Amino acid sequence: MNSFAALAKTRWLPAALGIGSIVVVIAVVEGLIRLGPWPFGYPLINRFIVPMPSEIFLAFPRIVVEENVLSRFMLTISEALSASILVAVFGVAGGVLLHRFALLRQATETWVAAIAAAPLVLIYPLYLVIFGRSATTIVMMGFTAGVAPTVLKTLEGLAGTRRVLINVGRSFNLTRSQQFWKILFPSALPTIFVGLRLGLIFALINIVGVEFLINFGGLGQLINELSERYDLAGTYAAICFVVLVSICIFVLMERLERWLRPGE
Amino acid sequence: MAVISTPAKRATASAEVADKAILVVDDIVKRFETPDGILTAVDHVSFAVTPGEFVSVIGPSGCGKSTLFNVIGGLIDGYEGSVSVAGERLSGPHASIGMIFQEESTFPWRTVIDNVAFPLELAGLPKAERYERARHFVALVGLAGFERRYPAELSGGMRQRVSMARTLAASPKIMLMDEPFAALDEQTRLLLGDKVLQIQQELKQTTLLITHNITEAVQLSDRVLVMTYRPGKLKRAVEINLPRPRTSEIVSSEAFGRYVAQIWGDLREEASRGLLDDEKHKLEHHQ
Repeated sequence: MNSFAALAKTRWLPAALGIGSIVVVIAVVEGLIRLGPWPFGYPLINRFIVPMPSEIFLAFPRIVVEENVLSRFMLTISEALSASILVAVFGVAGGVLLHRFALLRQATETWVAAIAAAPLVLIYPLYLVIFGRSATTIVMMGFTAGVAPTVLKTLEGLAGTRRVLINVGRSFNLTRSQQFWKILFPSALPTIFVGLRLGLIFALINIVGVEFLINFGGLGQLINELSERYDLAGTYAAICFVVLVSICIFVLMERLERWLRPGE
Repeated sequence: MAVISTPAKRATASAEVADKAILVVDDIVKRFETPDGILTAVDHVSFAVTPGEFVSVIGPSGCGKSTLFNVIGGLIDGYEGSVSVAGERLSGPHASIGMIFQEESTFPWRTVIDNVAFPLELAGLPKAERYERARHFVALVGLAGFERRYPAELSGGMRQRVSMARTLAASPKIMLMDEPFAALDEQTRLLLGDKVLQIQQELKQTTLLITHNITEAVQLSDRVLVMTYRPGKLKRAVEINLPRPRTSEIVSSEAFGRYVAQIWGDLREEASRGLLDDEKHKLEHHQ
């Protein structure tokens, strides 16, 4: 019991539990598929809809070698990076503007919130007409999906700056620009990062989704092609790859935030 | 030791006192519009503080102490009267007044040394020089060795000392404090009082403390100004003739007890009025 308590205090246990639970789910799915119709007379999981995790695992080297997953990954990442830069620049600037001008905020905050909650992927036919079947459409879709949460979180972070910190700035007679860069912005940074993280994840989801829908570009197109070939294991492997990329981006953002805000 | 107290009129900024004074608060009136009508928070308050003096303003909750703090610090405008430092009439925040707030006000994204170096950074001092000066003030408040720590790693009392060091680093003519130890327990408060006394002794820093704590006011001050409950007027000025240098041990002396009793005698009626008013207000809101 004591050794378990000591183990529970280590930082490895939560990680081990997390990975362990994923392994258990995978093993259960594998087992249920392998059982087939036994013992209920029908399969609980149809292997023609969900391939065995072991098959998905084995498909990984194949999609890497035969389907050029790395170059497709680079394409998706470059699209995601372009969208991210746009999201960061326009999202943060938009939040700052809404914070600075109360009238603008009162006039548009509800709309921005509505846009953040809307299924924006439905707008892709319009973008296809405007930008054509190109990477620009994909980048703009990513930007459109990611910008609203970034604007809202930037606004929330700036508006949530503690009054006393603003008063400290005022007591030191800071100029408006100093007040922003030395007090408001660093104070709002954790919330801005939450917005950026959300924005970038929304952007990535939409980028891969639109790649899939218009059959153009990187990983989304790969998933589309594999599914049209009924390569189920390959399709799922590609989906897993996209999930892994999302996790990596999330972790990277978290590290970046911790590096920028070491005191938090 | 005799308790010396003067009626409020003698605490006003007379020409003679104003001549020697570094801070002159002259006939301040501040009114607020509320749903129940115009509320006079501060009503014709005048006093002067001479260089090196430690003055406390004490009053019950709701007597306009914090409003007075904000007026003197230049954080609010739209008041009658004037605030002058060394003869210069102030409008808005001014470098000559350094403020320490009741709420925790360190910058969580800066280390202790970077917090303290903040005003020096604003002044454009080279990095090496500002760190050297900041280190001096960190040591002055007794936080040597904690320079690279972040506020989140410190206790409430330590964080308030960081705020104090940051304010002192700006070398203000007057240090203005609004109940800086209100959130701390009594023992920590007494010990921090020792630290403030030590700094006061060393720097001869002119200080104006806003507080509702009688012990703290008597322990630290040369003079205590007692305020009435709403509208906040000066009721009495009490000279604290306790020997300096002082430590928190002074709280057990007989003279200290007499000062506390004297100030409580003045405050009791005001605090009772405040309490009754508060209860009446709450009742009206519930109905």
